Amino acid sequence: MALDASACGLSMTNWECCLEWRRDINMARKPQVCVLRAAGTNCDQETAFAFEQAGADSDLVHVNALVSGARELDEFQILAFPGGFSYGDDLGAGKILANELKGKLLGPLKRFIADGKLIIGICNGFQVLVKSGLLPGNPELRQEASLIINDSGKFEDRWVYLKTQDACLTGRQARRKTQVKCVWVKDLPEVVYLPVAHGEGKFVVQDALVLKRLKENGQIVFRYCDEHGQAGSYPINPNGAIEHIAGICDETGRILGLMPHPERHIQPNQHPRWTGKKCRWAPDGSLIFKNGVAYARELL
Amino acid sequence: MSWKIEIADKPGIFDAVGAGVKKDIIDLGVKAVKGVRFIQVYTLDGTLAQNQVATICSQLLVDPVSQDCYINRPTILTSGINADRVVEVAYNPGVMDPVEESALKGIRDLGIDGVAAFKTAKKYIIEGKLTDAQFKMITEKLLYNKLIQHVVRGQGSGDRGQEKEKSEPKFKLITVDLIGASDKKLQEISKTGQLFLNLAEMRMIKKYFQKIKRNPTDCELETIAQTWSEHCAHKTFRGKIEYREKLLSKLKPITYNLKPRLIDNLLKSTIMKVTQDLNKSWCVSVFHDNSGVIEFDKENNVCFKVETHNHPSALEPFGGANTGVGGVIRDPLGTGLGAKPILNTDVFCFAPPDYPFSKLPKGTLHPKRVMKGVVSGVRDYGNKMGIPTVNGAILFDERFVGNPLVYCGTVGIMPKDKSFKRAKVGDLVVAVGGRTGRDGIHGATFSSGELTHESETISSSAVQIGNPIQEKKMVDAILQARDRDLYDAITDCGAGGFSSAVGEMGRDLGVRVDLEKAPLKYSGLSYTEIWISESQERMILSVPKENLAELLDLFAGENVEAAVIGEFTGSKRLELFYSGRKVGDLDMDFLHAGLPDIKKIAVFTQKRHPQPKLPLKKDLTLYLLKLLSSYDICSKEWVIRQYDHEVQGQSVIKPLVGIVNDGPSDAAVVKPILGSVKGLVISCGINFRFGGIDPYWMAASCIDEALRQVIAVGGSLERAAILDNFCWGNPDKPDRLGSLVRAAYGCYDIAKGFGVPFISGKDSLYNEYTEHGKSLAIPGTLLISAIAVMEDARKAVSMYAKRPGGLIYAVGETKEELGGSQYYALLGALGNSVPRVDCSVAIKIFAALNRATALGLVSSLHDCSEGGIAVAAAEMAFAGGLGMEMFAGEIPYRTQDAGRKTQDVRNDVLLFSESNSRFIVEVEKSKQKEFERALTGVPLGLIGCLSDKEYFTVHGLNGKVCVKADIAQLKEAWQRPLRW
Repeated sequence: MALDASACGLSMTNWECCLEWRRDINMARKPQVCVLRAAGTNCDQETAFAFEQAGADSDLVHVNALVSGARELDEFQILAFPGGFSYGDDLGAGKILANELKGKLLGPLKRFIADGKLIIGICNGFQVLVKSGLLPGNPELRQEASLIINDSGKFEDRWVYLKTQDACLTGRQARRKTQVKCVWVKDLPEVVYLPVAHGEGKFVVQDALVLKRLKENGQIVFRYCDEHGQAGSYPINPNGAIEHIAGICDETGRILGLMPHPERHIQPNQHPRWTGKKCRWAPDGSLIFKNGVAYARELL
Repeated sequence: MSWKIEIADKPGIFDAVGAGVKKDIIDLGVKAVKGVRFIQVYTLDGTLAQNQVATICSQLLVDPVSQDCYINRPTILTSGINADRVVEVAYNPGVMDPVEESALKGIRDLGIDGVAAFKTAKKYIIEGKLTDAQFKMITEKLLYNKLIQHVVRGQGSGDRGQEKEKSEPKFKLITVDLIGASDKKLQEISKTGQLFLNLAEMRMIKKYFQKIKRNPTDCELETIAQTWSEHCAHKTFRGKIEYREKLLSKLKPITYNLKPRLIDNLLKSTIMKVTQDLNKSWCVSVFHDNSGVIEFDKENNVCFKVETHNHPSALEPFGGANTGVGGVIRDPLGTGLGAKPILNTDVFCFAPPDYPFSKLPKGTLHPKRVMKGVVSGVRDYGNKMGIPTVNGAILFDERFVGNPLVYCGTVGIMPKDKSFKRAKVGDLVVAVGGRTGRDGIHGATFSSGELTHESETISSSAVQIGNPIQEKKMVDAILQARDRDLYDAITDCGAGGFSSAVGEMGRDLGVRVDLEKAPLKYSGLSYTEIWISESQERMILSVPKENLAELLDLFAGENVEAAVIGEFTGSKRLELFYSGRKVGDLDMDFLHAGLPDIKKIAVFTQKRHPQPKLPLKKDLTLYLLKLLSSYDICSKEWVIRQYDHEVQGQSVIKPLVGIVNDGPSDAAVVKPILGSVKGLVISCGINFRFGGIDPYWMAASCIDEALRQVIAVGGSLERAAILDNFCWGNPDKPDRLGSLVRAAYGCYDIAKGFGVPFISGKDSLYNEYTEHGKSLAIPGTLLISAIAVMEDARKAVSMYAKRPGGLIYAVGETKEELGGSQYYALLGALGNSVPRVDCSVAIKIFAALNRATALGLVSSLHDCSEGGIAVAAAEMAFAGGLGMEMFAGEIPYRTQDAGRKTQDVRNDVLLFSESNSRFIVEVEKSKQKEFERALTGVPLGLIGCLSDKEYFTVHGLNGKVCVKADIAQLKEAWQRPLRW
């Protein structure tokens, strides 16, 4: 069995090019990223680092500081909800932080979204976005989907292949894909490779209508698949998510939530098989942050 | 009023918890179970309106997409399950419910303030025709642990939570009549008070109080007992030992046969002496802070500590392991001015998971339940803290049935200028983190005695559940306070609680504590309980008065409690007050240096073990398959995947590697600083079987194993350090102590031989289980953990085979050393030919391989441990998805002794011997010459090559095939046993 880049799920974009690009953007003004912390958040530092690598300035902001008014969301162009176990995931993953956002930060959040700014929720952050109703999103912020305990019944850390949005679309949708597109996944390879690490990541929806809407609007951003892009059962789909859904966006494409951790694949030797192949690639996760930062720069 | 809320999955939603419980019930042998439904139960107490409860439920407690909610009425089952049996399990009064705090916060965020208490419980509905006996067994063996939980009777709400909330007790100073007590009375006081102090120690305390002409308060006596406990004072390692040994054969003598030798302080004569002799400039702070500190890069130091939490894990596996991880994380956090925890390690020893229920000693839990509980406990704490668990090992032996071993380690990183602490006179004593409760009283003294079948009732208050989020918040706050220079010193509250932490911090200065100022979980604690409680997630800071306001502000911003409980005085005394009344006043000198000298007797007697009858079979395939399926060797993927090993984004070599990410990595490599290439290698060596033959060579083998794993991922010994963790039986028994002494001397000789210093260590003694007077001791087990700084983590290598055509080398000498091997274990024997270590040869091998990997000449590298060359080579092949063809005759081989007659070499000896300092290496054909040049002077054999044929074939000495198997078959044998 020979190892080559495509079998690893690696895109062969030149890493050196990436470095070059980073040097260029360092000259420009940098978008500001708010990496929101709460008790139990634990992927904040590497998420902030990923944004910095992609050319933004990032700040770790405790939710208390936003609630007290010591900090304002208006300072930022991107809001990131990192992974972790906010408030211990007691009462369900992300639930208590979602409740806090709705109770105490609803106004600023709505304004942030209305201003056309970007939000990303990773793992626990995705759970927060879904449970607060920001994803898939409706005017009343009603919760229409959920992320529940894995079918395996346990927490698991493993790498998964993901089919990105363009590849998820079929037929009629594909033909009019320009209509909806998640800004975070622009020009991503058809299949990307990222790790998941969660116990409650099984995506479910309230009813068939929600799912239909997600599909029609092109809101399904990532689906679990094998290295060739084919769907499959556990462990290819690590949690039993319906329709293998790993990540979704809102109708505008500016709010992205996903279970996998792009911030854990922003350097070549984070790939589990980097010792197997001497290739220089732009790690899949870094592209997501790069897209977000590039879009946010236009907002400045 | 009380509200009971039940939450159940909606029809059509897969009940993963219930399905897991069903599987466990079937594993228990109850095949009649048809299905299990899990229901989450919450109890709310307080003055609430109906609509408020409805809001709490709909907004917070229930997931509207997947769950239904029932208020004050039992769940209505609509999924077709016939509820044959229903059981509801709740926490005992006084046991911390980790969900309560965050739930109350969530309810307050809804604008509802009337909730006084919030409790969780779990309800299981079991379907199937079960007998009463089966139902009882399921409940007791699976669903609850009576030490922390109980079964709720009837459907009414909350019959819990009352007991602990007693009214404020009237203050009553208790003194113990010691100065007039007879020896018999002294022993009785020690026993009834669970002080675990011996007569000599009790006499010493009596003398002290006679001198100051008063009796001690209960609080003073407890303080002395905690400080002098084996757990805190390490009396065995620091005391005097009269050692003699009786050797049968060529074992290396530490002393002459049977001539006694007096060892004054075993720790200083062996472990610490290595470090002292080697005197490495990069050892920053060793053996006196909460963890060992070494230099990492220009700006940072790293520190490492490994602890054990055996006794609590035996009684309550989840809570024991949970608080074990929580506790060891606080060690780096309490080192210097506080290190950021960056990774965890976990090593366990259990009885085999298929151990028959009928053989279980009374009062012990089944090993499979222990293992599942321990793994969950580690998973819960490590994952929630966001600290990757990157390295570990799991071993199995029946002798661990009463005393499982749970080792937990944490590495931290801190700026160089934050590596030392010094409390100052006038500084305030500030307690931060969790509140103090009645949980965890007597942990230090309890773990300094043997377990018995009564331990579970007597010592139940020593069992706790952790709250990782409490600790995570505390870490976040402390590291910010550290960077703002807000305090002068920090230490953790571990065993002994405030009494150890404050007593230790104030030992050179003197300290005054006002016990009523400590934040409590509930009222009703006596001053002594406050002082010695081991409630989790607490740290002590020494804070200059002028920084207090800023510090309190910072902690409030992170939702972490901080309270001033005293002051460092300069009086050289430990003065304790409760509401202004003095309850304790001890001389620091007496407390910390008053422990009487004790002398223990140690005897090591070498035993001769029967040799196994070696099989005559020419085909060894079956043995290889059996070895791969042995519990010690088989895949631990089921465990590893449950740990987040990649959080913090530092992972370079992961615990599972291979073409489909499932091979066994030798060691972990991480890059602790985001954006820097400098790495850390973490590994461990453990093999209790060798100790059954000779603990000296067991220690040697463990050190060799830990260090060769460092080499196996591309690290070097240049800046490598090791830690020791001794888990032994009762050291008051001469044979147990004798083997401990031999192991310690093995540590000295071999670590010194490798030039690798010890930087920290810990011992856990008294690992014995007594049932009706019969004592069951664990095999003396030494864990060596290694940490090595790697200049460029991008030079790391992994163990899985990379390319067809790759050449396979065996490096290092194979000897006829099958004593204590897995192969002998398979044949039902221990044997006598224990693997030894020749440091001068090993150093050459390690250095040469390190050179070769640094030059990029090595495609993959795997160390040979349990199961020998055959297992190592097979793992390499199936992890890489490649076939391998190998020739046993090319393996570098040496007979044990030059003087001995060369006996016929056998294929099984070559393939399964567990000689130390050996590796299997894959080298690209184009690099053959360069590689061989780099390994000049090192025992080396080109033993085979890789192919894409997917067969693992070994040719024996006569050229005929002696092992042939499909790599898929080998992998399946290796993955099957623990694929739960």
